Amino acid sequence: MIFDSINGGEKRIEVKNALGHRYIGDGLCGDGIRIDIYGTAGNDLAAFMNGPTIYVHGNAQDGIGNTMNSGKVYVDGDAGDVLFYGMRGGEVYIRGNAGYRVGIHMKEYMNFIPKAVIGGCAGDFFGEYMAGGYLVILGLNAGKVPILGKNIATGIHGGRIYVRGSVDADRIDRAAKSSDIDEEDLKLLKPLVMEFCRAFGLECTKILDDRFTKLIPASKRPYGKHYTPGWHTITDRKAVVPGSFEENGYPAVRNIRER
Amino acid sequence: MLYQPFVTNYYDFKVVRDQDRCIKCQGCVTQCSYDANFWDNDRQMIDSIHSKCIGCHRCEAYCPTDAISIQRNPSQFRENGYWSKEDIKNIYLNAETGAIVVTGMGNDLQSQPVYFDRILFDACQVTNPSIDPLREPMELTTYIGNRGRKLSDTKAKKTGLIRLDVPVMFGPMSYGSINLSVQKALAASAREHGTLWSTGEGGLHSDLYEYGPNTIVQVASGRFGVHEEYLKAGAMIEIKIGQGAKPGIGGHLPGEKVVDDVSRTRMIPVGSDAISPAPHHDIYSIEDLRQLIYALKEAIRYEKPVGVKVSAVHNIAAIASGIARAGADIIVVDGYRGGTGATPLIVRDHTGIPIELAIAVVDERLRQEGIRENVGLVAAGGIRSAADTLKAIGLGADAVYISTAALIAVGCTLCQQCHTGRCAWGITTNDSYLSKRQNPEIAAELISNLLGAWEIEMKEVLGSMGINAIESLRGNRERLRAVGMTESEMQVLGLKQAGLGM
Repeated sequence: MIFDSINGGEKRIEVKNALGHRYIGDGLCGDGIRIDIYGTAGNDLAAFMNGPTIYVHGNAQDGIGNTMNSGKVYVDGDAGDVLFYGMRGGEVYIRGNAGYRVGIHMKEYMNFIPKAVIGGCAGDFFGEYMAGGYLVILGLNAGKVPILGKNIATGIHGGRIYVRGSVDADRIDRAAKSSDIDEEDLKLLKPLVMEFCRAFGLECTKILDDRFTKLIPASKRPYGKHYTPGWHTITDRKAVVPGSFEENGYPAVRNIRER
Repeated sequence: MLYQPFVTNYYDFKVVRDQDRCIKCQGCVTQCSYDANFWDNDRQMIDSIHSKCIGCHRCEAYCPTDAISIQRNPSQFRENGYWSKEDIKNIYLNAETGAIVVTGMGNDLQSQPVYFDRILFDACQVTNPSIDPLREPMELTTYIGNRGRKLSDTKAKKTGLIRLDVPVMFGPMSYGSINLSVQKALAASAREHGTLWSTGEGGLHSDLYEYGPNTIVQVASGRFGVHEEYLKAGAMIEIKIGQGAKPGIGGHLPGEKVVDDVSRTRMIPVGSDAISPAPHHDIYSIEDLRQLIYALKEAIRYEKPVGVKVSAVHNIAAIASGIARAGADIIVVDGYRGGTGATPLIVRDHTGIPIELAIAVVDERLRQEGIRENVGLVAAGGIRSAADTLKAIGLGADAVYISTAALIAVGCTLCQQCHTGRCAWGITTNDSYLSKRQNPEIAAELISNLLGAWEIEMKEVLGSMGINAIESLRGNRERLRAVGMTESEMQVLGLKQAGLGM
C-alpha cells in the first residue's frame, strides 16, 4: 500500500498501530518522502531503501537499513539485532539500545558514507567485518551494563567506530586499534551527535564534552598474511617472508637473469 | 632445510624450446604473464625459468614456429605410495609461509569417483521408436520457478516463470574474478540462446544493463554492488549462501584486484579488500532466510523470482526442503567439483558432496514432501558436457549452470591460477594488458557455438531415447542406468544397475 501511495505521488505517510509489520520502506526510493510509524516497526525496516526518511515513534526490530543506499531513519526507542547490514549510505539514529551484530559489513563508496548513531548500548559483534562509514555509540544509559558487548570490530577493514567513554581492550578484536579522538574526528562526530540530539530533544554539549574512543582498522588487509597463492608464484622467498631472507642465514640465490 | 626457494628445486613443468626452430620473435616472452620466458641478451636467445612455468600452455599456443612444448618435469619427488606429490608440496608451502594454500578452479582429485561417468543413457530399439532430431521437432525449452502457485496467492501470482530456450545457464562469476570482456561474452551468448548468465557477487557493470532480461543478479553476504536499480535489472535474484568449491567459506577478492572499474561496479573504494563473510550474518535459520527472500521480493514488488544457491553438503535434502518452504522460487545446488576464483585447497578437495548425489536426493525429498513443483531445481558444479547436463536433468534438475566449461571455450586450460589474477589467457584477470587478450565478440561467438553444439548433442541423445522434450526427461531415472556403483550409491541416486530392464 505504501508503494502504491508513493507511486501515486504521495510524499507523507503515517502508519499507525504498527505491530511488527515487516519490510516497511523496503526498496523504496524517491526524495522528500517521509513516513511516520507509530508503534513497533518490524524486521527489515528501510532495507534496500534509497532516499526517503522514516521516523519510528516507538521501537524497531531487527535488520534496520539492510543494504540501504541513502535516506534517513530515526527510531525513538530501542532496536533489535543485525542493524545496518551492508549499509552503503544514509543515516540512522536510534535513541535507545541496539542488539547484537550491529553494523556488519557497513561500507562506503565515494560520496556514499553510511552513518549511524546509537544512543544506548549494543551487544556483541559490534562493527563486524566493517568496511566503511561511521558508527557512533553513546551509551547514555550505560550503568552496570557495559556499553558494548564482546568481540568488537572483528575483521574490521574500513570505517571508524566512535564510542563515548572507554572500551575494555579485551573486548576489542585484534583487527582494530583504539585511540582517542582528534580534531578531525570531532569534526565528523559533532554534526552526527547534534543531529541525534536535535531529533530526540536532548542536550548535546554535555555529550560532546565527554571523552570518546575511536576504533579504526589496524590494517586494511586483516587477512593479507592468511593465504599463500601457491607453489609456482613463490620464486622469491624474500617476497613471501619479508625480512627473513638474509637474517635467517639463507644464502643469496643467484637468479638466472642476474648472471 | 632447503637452501634456496623450494620451487627452484622442485617444479612441475619444463618449457622445452627447440632452439633450431625458434625465430627469436619473443612472442613467448610477452605472452607469459608469470615471467617464465625471458630474452637473454648475452646469449642472444630466449631462455626460460622452468620453475616459474605454471603450465597454462599460452606460449606454446602462441609460438608461430611450434618451437615450444610444455612438458612435465621428469625429475619428480621420490615416489611414495602414501605421500603424494601434492601432500609433500603442500607441507613445504605451509612450512615456508605459515599460511593456507589457496588455489583456483575446481576439485581435480582423480581418487574421488565421478558418478556422471558411471551413469549410462537408455536408448530405443525395436519396441519403441527413436526420434530423428533432424526431422522431428525437439523441445529443449524449459521453465524454472514456482509452478505450484495457487491462484489465490495474488503476490506469488505476479512472479512469472523464467523461460529457458536451452536448459543450460552460465553460473555466477563475478566482475573482479573474471573481466568485463568475458562477462560481456557470457551475456551476449545468453541473449542469443535465450538463457541466463549470472553476475556473481560483484555487481552489474553499467555496460551490461542492456542484457538485464538475461541476467541473474546475485546477492551475497558482502552485498557488493547491490542497490535498488541492480535488483530490478535482472530476470531473477539469486541469494548466494554457498559455493560448491568452498562450502561454508566466504569470498575474498584481494585489494590488488579491486581496480577502478571493479571498484565502481562493486561500489567499494579502489584497492580495498572485498571480503564476503562466510555466512550471511543476518541468516542463522530458515526463518531468517525467509526474511531475506521476502525483503528482496518486497523490494522488487514480487515481479521476479528469487533463487537461493547452496553448496551440496551432507544434509542437502533437508536444507533444500527448508529453502523451498522459506519461499524461494528456485534452488541452485552447487556440487563440490565446481570451480572458483580462489579457495583454500583443503576446502576445495575435501568438503561437500558430488552434485549427482545431491541433486538426486534433493529431487527425491522434495517429491516425497509434495513441494517439488514449488521450486525450480538447478544443478551446478562440474557440468562438463551435454551428457552431464542430460544426466543431471535425468536425476531431477530442471536446468544446469556451466561456468568452467564456458571459460574453457574461450581458452582456459585449467592451470588453476585464477586466484593470482595473472591469467595469461586474459580470463580471470583485470590487468588492463592481459584482459585485452579476450575479445568480447570472438569470445561470445565461441561460447555461443558451445551452447549451440550442446543443443544439437542433447537433441541427438533425447531422440535416441525416444523423448522429444527435455521436460520429459526431468527426474526420469528409469532412463538412466548405473555401472560400477555399489548398492548404496545406486540407492542414493535412485538408479538401477545396468543390465536390469524395466
